[in-house]
Amino acid sequence: MMKMNRRTLLQMSAASVTLSVALPKLAAAQTIDELVIAYNVNLPQWDPTTGPSAVNPTIQGIYQSVFDQYILQQPDLAPAPGILTDWGWNEDRSEVWMDVREGVKWHDGSDLTAEDVAWSLARVAQEETGSPIQFVWGTLANHRVEGNRVIADVAQFDPTIFKWMYFLTGYVLPKAYYERVGPGGFEAAPIGSGPYMVERFERNAFIRLKANPHYWGQKPEFESVTIKFVTDAGSRVAEIESGNSHVTLEVPYEEFDRLKNRAGLGGVAHPVSDIGMIFFNDIDAMLDDNVRKAAVHAVDKQLIIDRLLSGYGVALHTLQTPEYIAFDPTIEVEYNPDLARELLAASGYGPNNPVRFTVQTTRGFKPKDFEMIPAIVGMWRRVGIEAEIEVYEVAKHFELRAADQLAPAAFYNWGNSVGDPTTSTGFAMFGPSPHAVWDGEDLIAKIAPLWGEADEEKRIQGWKDVDRYIAENAYVLPLLQYVQPILHASGVKVVPHTSGALLPHLMTRA
Amino acid sequence: MLVQRLLMRLATTLVTLLGVAVIVFVVIRVVPGNPIAMMLPPGATAADIDRLRALYGLDKSIAEQFFIWLGGVVRGDFGTSISTRQPVLSLVLGRLPATLELATLALFIAVALGGLLAVIGTRRRGTRTEAAIDVANGVGLSVPDFLWGLLLIILLGVVWPVFFISGRVSPQLDLPVVTNFYLFESVIRLRLDLTANLLAHMLLPAVALALPLAAIIAQLLKQALKETMHVDYVTLARTRGYGETRVILREALPNAVLPTLTLVGVQFTFLIGGTVIIERLFSYEGLGNMAIDAVINRDLPLIQGIVIVFAVLFTLVNLLVDLTYALLNPRLRHG
Repeated sequence: MMKMNRRTLLQMSAASVTLSVALPKLAAAQTIDELVIAYNVNLPQWDPTTGPSAVNPTIQGIYQSVFDQYILQQPDLAPAPGILTDWGWNEDRSEVWMDVREGVKWHDGSDLTAEDVAWSLARVAQEETGSPIQFVWGTLANHRVEGNRVIADVAQFDPTIFKWMYFLTGYVLPKAYYERVGPGGFEAAPIGSGPYMVERFERNAFIRLKANPHYWGQKPEFESVTIKFVTDAGSRVAEIESGNSHVTLEVPYEEFDRLKNRAGLGGVAHPVSDIGMIFFNDIDAMLDDNVRKAAVHAVDKQLIIDRLLSGYGVALHTLQTPEYIAFDPTIEVEYNPDLARELLAASGYGPNNPVRFTVQTTRGFKPKDFEMIPAIVGMWRRVGIEAEIEVYEVAKHFELRAADQLAPAAFYNWGNSVGDPTTSTGFAMFGPSPHAVWDGEDLIAKIAPLWGEADEEKRIQGWKDVDRYIAENAYVLPLLQYVQPILHASGVKVVPHTSGALLPHLMTRA
Repeated sequence: MLVQRLLMRLATTLVTLLGVAVIVFVVIRVVPGNPIAMMLPPGATAADIDRLRALYGLDKSIAEQFFIWLGGVVRGDFGTSISTRQPVLSLVLGRLPATLELATLALFIAVALGGLLAVIGTRRRGTRTEAAIDVANGVGLSVPDFLWGLLLIILLGVVWPVFFISGRVSPQLDLPVVTNFYLFESVIRLRLDLTANLLAHMLLPAVALALPLAAIIAQLLKQALKETMHVDYVTLARTRGYGETRVILREALPNAVLPTLTLVGVQFTFLIGGTVIIERLFSYEGLGNMAIDAVINRDLPLIQGIVIVFAVLFTLVNLLVDLTYALLNPRLRHG
């Protein structure tokens, strides 16, 4: 047995400290064996199907590393065969059917079967599980298995049901394992069928992932991945600059530009399914068509993108981005301050007699959210709109929006990683939705029939028509599509995903 | 006498904690930000909102919610976190050791650095060294801890990357620990590689927390030492031929340290409060970092749990300082 005296102890301590503090430098200098990602948010819980965090879009990338969705979503948002290889409705749309991929294994080596798929769907259809999307999954009932096929009755027709299968909470969980260990056991040791297995999870600190040897898709290139939770943007910049992490995301655009061409580093900036917009509430001055239209025509979106976002953004005219299926490039709302002045004059307003209202915004919730509003207010002032800025926390925004008590104008960002018009224009603009702010009966009447439209072509055209109607009447002010900045070590090739999910299994050695 | 004081303090501590509980409970329910609105998925209906409110007990009156919560606390049940769906007590107690270790290390650094500067400043009083120490104290006091943190990250994490700038321990390291006091346990188990790794992670945040406190200690202790250097027993020690350093350390310091001790106790509570920002900056997995997430998510049960634990800590530290002061001060010790 080693004899320990004071001198040995001090020597060992000194050697250990020297070795330990040298580690950050070594990690940067060597070829990448273990990929280290500095992630921007913490992971609150592992179950991706129930509880409030299951609908948090910022953690879906972690979930998708461990769990498979029913249907795979490709980086351009298009669906592809995943756990389900084929799917559809029967002729009278009273049933859905789904064929389950064979040969898929759970992380514990057991087989993923059609039973797992049926159980996963039936589970989240029950209110008591705490599924936040129960109102969607509950439209299917009587889930049953016939060979390798899952069949369910359609309790209420929803044309987007299969889209939800690659959207929030659309994950397949292991029936036998979950029932054996229970919710607590699952949180402690989650297993899925995704490209990575959870090796270690330290809450608020990091996750260590190990490649799933049984993965049905392409095997991940990096055998081990560590995801560190670094919630401060400045600290994430320091992480990548110091070589402590190989990949990070959501850094300030100025830092992205500073570091993307630096030796040993690279950068990818890709438009994602997240947009900045200003809700108009149907109160006070916003009830005047001319005021709303003037407020829209007075804003030079491209100038905001160029000056405030270093050019990282895509100007929008509707709530659809070019990647969404209902995007219509023919809908354009021109920047025309002269027209804005004319419209205001018609209602008796002008620079000397401005129309006044409040515009609310968050500060620091999204890149340059607060900075954008004074810029817009300045543009409005030139045409005869005097807006008072009110800053609030995003929690307050949610509360006011749910209670339909937002100011006449309120900045917000809207994510729609599935790219369907129901989850952008639909929920944002349909009056009865707690997310909608504009409650005009004319718009409700136009949107209502589209929820259950079975003819896909007709449905998409319907939403395009609604978008055109909204643009013509200026019921909302769409601003821009966000671009996600990703910084990475030059030894890593990152494939960005339009949903904004950072997926380690898509990363390869450069 | 001492027992009486202790009992009195315990009684006032309980009343303080109850007051804190009431204030926190009411305030976080009155301030803007409805946790249910925060978790609404797209497509949720008014019925969904009602269902969620009932699920989290938010459909009852504030008074009703408070007494349900208080009843749970008495039984050791602080409720369930809304965002993580884990028991609040286990979440909070799981993170508390990390914060305590960080704050304790920061306190050690502050006391050692502040004490050293005070002694050197007293020993070299009237020279440029004392002036330099006064300037350093001024800088230490005027720069807030988070700014020290940023500076340390840039200097010792980026420009000269010799320390870790995020986390508490390297994920690659095996952690054969049974408690969450990693540093303490690694020393006990003689896992010195782990100790070194933990220190390499903790040093920068601890120094950032320690610098302002070190400046306060240095200034106060130096002042107290300078006053003590003129009293009779110190002069007597000098006439016995003792060297100046020995006079300071053996004669002046034990008497001068009492007011500093009280200050250190009070400042330690502020230091624990300071961990909130520093832990965030260094992505350190402590209670402070968790507190920010809880506030962002409007996780009411978790916010309550964290504030109560902080309040317990503060009152315990104050109690400990009072008792230590009573033990060290002969006038109080002998009643």
